[in-house]
Amino acid sequence: MIKTDILIIGAGPTGLFTVFEAGLLKLKCHLIDALPQPGGQCSELYPKKPIYDIPGFPEILAGDLTGNLLEQGKQFQPGFTLGERAETIEKQEDGSFIVTTNKGTKHHAPIVAIAGGLGSFEPRKPKLEGIEKYEDKGVNYFIKDPEVYRDKKVVIAGGGDSALDWSIFLADVASEVTLVHRRNEFRGALDSVEKVQELKLFNKINLITPAEVISLKGENHIEGVTLSKGDEVIELEADYFIPLFGLSPKLGPIGDWGLEIEKNAIKVNTVDYQTNIDGIFAIGDVNTYEGKLKLILCGFHEATLMCQSAYKILNPGKKFVLKYTTVSGIDGFDGTRKESPKAVVKAIV
Amino acid sequence: MEDVTLHITDREGKKHSVLAPTDMAMNIMEVIRSYELAPEGTIGICGGMAMCASCQCYVNSDNEINAMEDEEDAMLSEAFNVKDNSRLSCQIPITDALHNLEIELAPEV
Repeated sequence: MIKTDILIIGAGPTGLFTVFEAGLLKLKCHLIDALPQPGGQCSELYPKKPIYDIPGFPEILAGDLTGNLLEQGKQFQPGFTLGERAETIEKQEDGSFIVTTNKGTKHHAPIVAIAGGLGSFEPRKPKLEGIEKYEDKGVNYFIKDPEVYRDKKVVIAGGGDSALDWSIFLADVASEVTLVHRRNEFRGALDSVEKVQELKLFNKINLITPAEVISLKGENHIEGVTLSKGDEVIELEADYFIPLFGLSPKLGPIGDWGLEIEKNAIKVNTVDYQTNIDGIFAIGDVNTYEGKLKLILCGFHEATLMCQSAYKILNPGKKFVLKYTTVSGIDGFDGTRKESPKAVVKAIV
Repeated sequence: MEDVTLHITDREGKKHSVLAPTDMAMNIMEVIRSYELAPEGTIGICGGMAMCASCQCYVNSDNEINAMEDEEDAMLSEAFNVKDNSRLSCQIPITDALHNLEIELAPEV
């Protein structure tokens, strides 16, 4: 069981900044994120896009912002459970919570801060009849262990980088790789597109475009897929069908935690961004209140106020005062100390 | 500069005629959100970067609309429920040429 003071669900900018603000109050954080790396949307969707409305940064790339936030919180030694989705929450008799992920990892914390943005990223599933019954029985939306496909017949659908990259990779692993895309053009990196063309010439990849998978067949496991290519219908034998159509965020299981939901977001008060359940806060894009703006800078503000409240809950009656890092410096949990050099530049008279 | 009127059919099939300003650098997706014609969280998920297709619409009138750029074309090549008249509404800025434009929102995916 992982134990921490504040369990943060979502490792996007708001969740990452919470680590820093909590650290100043000597509270330790652990973050859960469904994506395999921290940074949320910023690193998953648009790491190379500039953001212009972060105070103090006339321009910063989204990936650099989350990189900086990780660096800023590093001395407070946050823990991470990545690639797992927070699934269930159980309130304990003492008011603390146990949050379990889809892979069964358990986390115990007195405070939960949901900083889940628009939700956890789930694969976009093609609308094919009966596709659910083949999930994990030949239909995979992620490739976890490429060895599963050794000497198997694999059909991949999609036109982006993941479809191209995995087709290239599996060309050497699977007995047969077919890449199906609705267009003749791909939108992946140019060298990936060229590599796929090359592998096609060597008959290592069977490229079928413009075409679409229209149905799946098999008893208890995928045995084949049917493609439509113009007026032509093509039947292919397949052991695996891997649709790679990108990811889309869904609020997911958090929606069933008994929290008040409005407009696909979690309702909070504007004093400390606490939800209708004591001890569970919601900060950043995942929350809603009158006048809410879904901006990173608002998430930072919400995280800061939330941490103050968390401190009071965890240390009832214990005095503290807001510290300025310029004055007090930062004492990391790792024993490091950052402080400004002592020098009087100007006196206030 | 005057507002233009857009005729938008929501995902339930209900038609709305709404006014959209041409001088606020808005796009159609933002107009749809500002009138709450689709539930928050089901449209414009990526914020308008042509990265999610949640704002896909079908254009049913012959207004002169800005041409599709590569990013939008690429996203539509992977989206679902795509038709010949599909566009990402976040990629269509509101201009005078859009007056009386008729669009229909694509189903939520």
